[in-house]
Amino acid sequence: MISLLIEIREGQIKDITYEMLTLAHKLAAAQKQEITSIILSDNCQQYADTIKQYSHKIICVEDPLLANFNTQVYLPVLSNIINDTKPNLFLIASSGFGTDLAPYLAASLNLPLITDIFDLELNPDNMLARRSMYGGKINADIISKSLPAIATVRVGSFEKILASNLLIPNLSAEITKLPFLIDPSILEMSKFIEYGEVPTTGIDITKSDILIAVGRGIKEQKNLAAVEKFAQDIGGTLACTRPIIDAGWLPKDRQVGSSGKTVKPKLYIALGISGAFQHISGMKSSENIIAVNKDPEAPIFSVAHYGVVGDLLKILPLLANRINALKG
Amino acid sequence: MDIIVCMKMVPDTSETEVRVDSTNKDILKVRLIYTTNEADNYALETALLLKEKLGGTVTLISVGPQKVDEVLRMGLAKGADRAIRLTDELFDKGDAWTTAKALAQAISQNKYDLVLSGCIASDDGYSQIGPTLAALLKIPSAAYVNKVEVLDNTKLRIDRELEGGILERKEISLPALLTIQTGTNTPRYASIIGIKRAGAKPLDVFDAAKLNLDAQALAGLTELDKMYMPKVESKAQFIQGSDDEISDKLATLVKEKAGL
Ligand SMILES: Cc1cc2nc3c(=O)[nH]c(=O)nc-3n(C[C@H](O)[C@H](O)[C@H](O)COP(=O)(O)OP(=O)(O)OC[C@H]3O[C@@H](n4cnc5c(N)ncnc54)[C@H](O)[C@@H]3O)c2cc1C
Repeated sequence: MISLLIEIREGQIKDITYEMLTLAHKLAAAQKQEITSIILSDNCQQYADTIKQYSHKIICVEDPLLANFNTQVYLPVLSNIINDTKPNLFLIASSGFGTDLAPYLAASLNLPLITDIFDLELNPDNMLARRSMYGGKINADIISKSLPAIATVRVGSFEKILASNLLIPNLSAEITKLPFLIDPSILEMSKFIEYGEVPTTGIDITKSDILIAVGRGIKEQKNLAAVEKFAQDIGGTLACTRPIIDAGWLPKDRQVGSSGKTVKPKLYIALGISGAFQHISGMKSSENIIAVNKDPEAPIFSVAHYGVVGDLLKILPLLANRINALKG
Repeated sequence: MDIIVCMKMVPDTSETEVRVDSTNKDILKVRLIYTTNEADNYALETALLLKEKLGGTVTLISVGPQKVDEVLRMGLAKGADRAIRLTDELFDKGDAWTTAKALAQAISQNKYDLVLSGCIASDDGYSQIGPTLAALLKIPSAAYVNKVEVLDNTKLRIDRELEGGILERKEISLPALLTIQTGTNTPRYASIIGIKRAGAKPLDVFDAAKLNLDAQALAGLTELDKMYMPKVESKAQFIQGSDDEISDKLATLVKEKAGL
């Protein structure tokens, strides 16, 4: 059996759920196994109705205490389910939730865990998972020495499952409701308060057709002025990678990527950006991507349409001059 | 508040070629510069800020060869009080679970209110040690934390980072483990005086035997099968020439695509 934890945030099933279902179907079809989807919520039915067509079984645990994600509350519930049902493989999203939960759960149950996988093979007595390392410069195959095993699945690694094109069609899961046996004193240990948002400065980079994005290759804060000027010259907006935010050089609403904004401009110019997965996931759908990087092997070139291998600090001033000349 | 900070030494590969070595199980380690894992610097700064406010101690702990003393000494120079290095061939043979076990065993012999680590290691990217360690220590944990407020001696109010700029605010009771996200604060530089003092601060070394751990207890649950270069399916059209030629072609391209 292949099990997966449905990811729900603020009343919404997250896309990663449908991506994990695609992987589950691929593995289950090849191995003639069943898929069990697990829903923890204060109100399961609506989610169960949506997921039913993709699973053989659904296990629901319903309680007001499960209204929001909480590792410490999920832990005893999921431990019981895994111990009782012994799935070969348990899939969890490699998300803010899953990354908090999966290692804790795996360690509590003494089960092998492979994090942030983008592909997976299930064998009779182990799983082989593919993931990247060194900021995407290396791939690694990792094997769990035993089953059951847990894997967290990288967001965007699989297409979302389509009801019209199912590897295992005609499913309508039987729904099992399990009682909730949690001691509310767990909330003393760890308690959800609220969701918050990062304050904004009023700039919305998702609305701009042209983005000039800088990464750590810009080297110094003072070099940003020239990029800002260039952005203005071509009617674009300045954006950046996370390290630029971390350094305090630009406000958070300029950040592109998984923990920032997802953008799809007509033109995205990436200056001194290595192309880490967390960045690429926020900009890869841009219509035209031009990347300037001095490292010919930088992963950013895997999504760029046009590439320049060179020093941006030399090229940018030359380019800015020519643009101004061309504009006449 | 007594705080333990887990630190990792990693090669800085952000601007260098990375190649797989002949074993296919590691990268070629020649000519690499080693530094403190980026997120761990923010974890250390979080600890130092809490110590300045509340008093107490900061203890650093790292698993690795003698070379990691550079990372530990730098942390001591910034203001940590003492350091522990865990060094044994057995620690290198396993996986993240092995590392967490060694850390848990060493940490449980200390008095602590809070354990901190970086949220992710820039080399393997596992994001696994922190919560694994918390499970072994049987304390609550929170990952990807970017704000820590002390409510009283028993509770913290924290913000955790989720996707798309959303924060999860929660309260967590002490002792607890937090993994700290980059950008949480501004890591300090070590002062000259700090560097001078660091040499005199205690740095203890433990091996597996001293921690009462054997090969069986430290056996990993996963195994690296092989490393390889990703197939880069680059569809990029590369613009070549001198910087001047490149700039000419680039200007034409930008003008066209930007619709100027
Ligand atoms: C949970 C989590 C969420 C994250 N979310 C995001 C996110 O939303 N957005 C994001 O961007 N990152 C995010 N990150 C960080 C991400 O993993 C990378 O660390 C980051 O994207 C790297 O930024 P960078 O490309 O600017 O820096 P680096 O990786 O350091 O790359 C700098 C690049 O500049 C090049 N360079 C250097 N000098 C020059 C020069 N003179 N000319 C030309 N090129 C030069 C180098 O070759 C290198 O490729 C996240 C990480 C985590 C763990």
